[in-house]
Amino acid sequence: MLKMSDLSCGYGTKIIINRINLHIKKGEFVCIIGPNGSGKTTLLKAITRIIKPAKGNIFLEGRDLNNIDKREIAKKMAVVSQNLPIVSMTVKEFVLLGRTPHYKTLQLLENESDIEVVEHAISMTGIERLQNSLMSEISGGEVQLSLIARALAQEPWILLLDEPTAHLDITHQVNILDLIKRLNKDYQLTVIIILHDLNLASEYCDRLILMNNGQITKTGTPEEVLNSIDLEEVYKTLVVVEKNPLSNKPFVLIVPEEVKKHCGR
Amino acid sequence: MKNRLSRWTFSILISSAFLVAAGALSLCIGSAGIPITKIISILLDGRGTSEYSILVDIRLPRIILGFAIGGALSLAGVILQGMFRNPLVEPYTLGISGGAALGTSICIILKLNRLIPDIAMPLSGFIGALLVILLVYFINTRRGIFMIQGLLLTGVMISFISSSLVILILAISRTEDLHGIIFWIMGSLEEPNWVLIWVATTASLACLAFSYLFCLDMNALSLGEEEAIHLGVDVEKKKKLLFLIASILTGISVSVTGLIGFVGLIVPHFMRMFVGFDHRILLLSSFLAGAGFLIFCDMLARIVIAPIELPVGVITGIIGGSIFIYALNKRSSF
Repeated sequence: MLKMSDLSCGYGTKIIINRINLHIKKGEFVCIIGPNGSGKTTLLKAITRIIKPAKGNIFLEGRDLNNIDKREIAKKMAVVSQNLPIVSMTVKEFVLLGRTPHYKTLQLLENESDIEVVEHAISMTGIERLQNSLMSEISGGEVQLSLIARALAQEPWILLLDEPTAHLDITHQVNILDLIKRLNKDYQLTVIIILHDLNLASEYCDRLILMNNGQITKTGTPEEVLNSIDLEEVYKTLVVVEKNPLSNKPFVLIVPEEVKKHCGR
Repeated sequence: MKNRLSRWTFSILISSAFLVAAGALSLCIGSAGIPITKIISILLDGRGTSEYSILVDIRLPRIILGFAIGGALSLAGVILQGMFRNPLVEPYTLGISGGAALGTSICIILKLNRLIPDIAMPLSGFIGALLVILLVYFINTRRGIFMIQGLLLTGVMISFISSSLVILILAISRTEDLHGIIFWIMGSLEEPNWVLIWVATTASLACLAFSYLFCLDMNALSLGEEEAIHLGVDVEKKKKLLFLIASILTGISVSVTGLIGFVGLIVPHFMRMFVGFDHRILLLSSFLAGAGFLIFCDMLARIVIAPIELPVGVITGIIGGSIFIYALNKRSSF
């Protein structure tokens, strides 16, 4: 579905990600993890064409992204980005903006089906009661849900998310990831997500991509990637990996300095 | 959604009503008052009377020009504020007015305006504006990417440079030229040449129609450039076209009427408070309201200390600024 071959890119002459090869299949739930500055967001920006590849190509269903019309891409790929726009529009108006790529030339008003899709996106994300509130007046978790609703209004096949759970409490974290998992299961939506929380990544994702210094260090199932040897090498931090007793997925624990002294390590 | 359509219709009705009222008032009021009830009969069969010529030769051209320029300036303001996502941007921020002022000043001291009267001043103003537009555009384009934040800074700097050059010209020019330049800088809707009036009107209406091709892109751009790209907008292309529209509007306005400040800053901002972010309604209602506002201010400029006429920019500044501060205080949430 989405394929990167020998992809290098960065900002100006500074190369951030270097010769990345990656193949993402339809319906996969893929998570990109790695330390700050490892190139996760840059990779995402290259896929969404905010930055142009310096070398290499990205293929969407076998076609080079550079040769596909931008609106065409936006109908297939939707992005939930991290920097939240501060705008004075209602949640519904905001979600309606997701229909932008679907408008025909000279079409000024949304038609019945546009409104249907938007209402469906709003009900899937459970923000019906917020529809007429202003975007600037709702909470952080609700903003994230609205962003996801807007992305769903694009009717995408691929959903890209950049840390959708940052700064949220555990209720909202679980809500949002459960929602994305449901979308992934029910609609075969391909999900590419950046997460900082390794345990969330472990619980929800089929495949993890561990990045370090602009390259892919390791890729595989949570069990394959989340082990103390690889993590300690990439994050330069002492960790202990246990198993979640309920889901049997790996669970990463950190070790504070004081505890380290106490244990004599 | 029904509710939104009726809200939109309502705001178009309100701004049209404001425009018509300003136009009618402006026809009636002046050094010679003409009652509104008599206007139609004078226009229909009063040909040859002095009242007819006051209406058709003096007041009507100003109203039409006010419509064109007021609309053009506030439309340019809406486009630029939307593009930069900065409410303090106005058509003159880009330095286009400075270029036009410089062009006209040079025209006056070289006495070109005596060679080809009527046309020389607007033409040289337009050339000055055009040169600045090209300069700003090429300075800010790197490898095909139009850098919008730099645009603002370059624009402000070019404004400074050209106003310094205008002051230099003022300092070395003779008294009679001095008067001409200052008069032009103050801005006025007085324009004896009908051709120019029609050119300005056609151009600003054409730009209004053209801008509607981009209203959805502007809506997406109000979330920022990256989000607009995510929504499938060809941001680079659209930014250039929008810059082009705003430049044409501003260039034509300043070269025909001189500098009339504030309309392009206040009206878009004000309309955004009333009708919201959606450019599908914002473009048209700002155009109408801007047109009405300028016609109204011009009428005040004519009568406040009649028979002397005030520069209309003084009125737009005082009225626009005070209304704006008042509205801002009432709606502190904005």
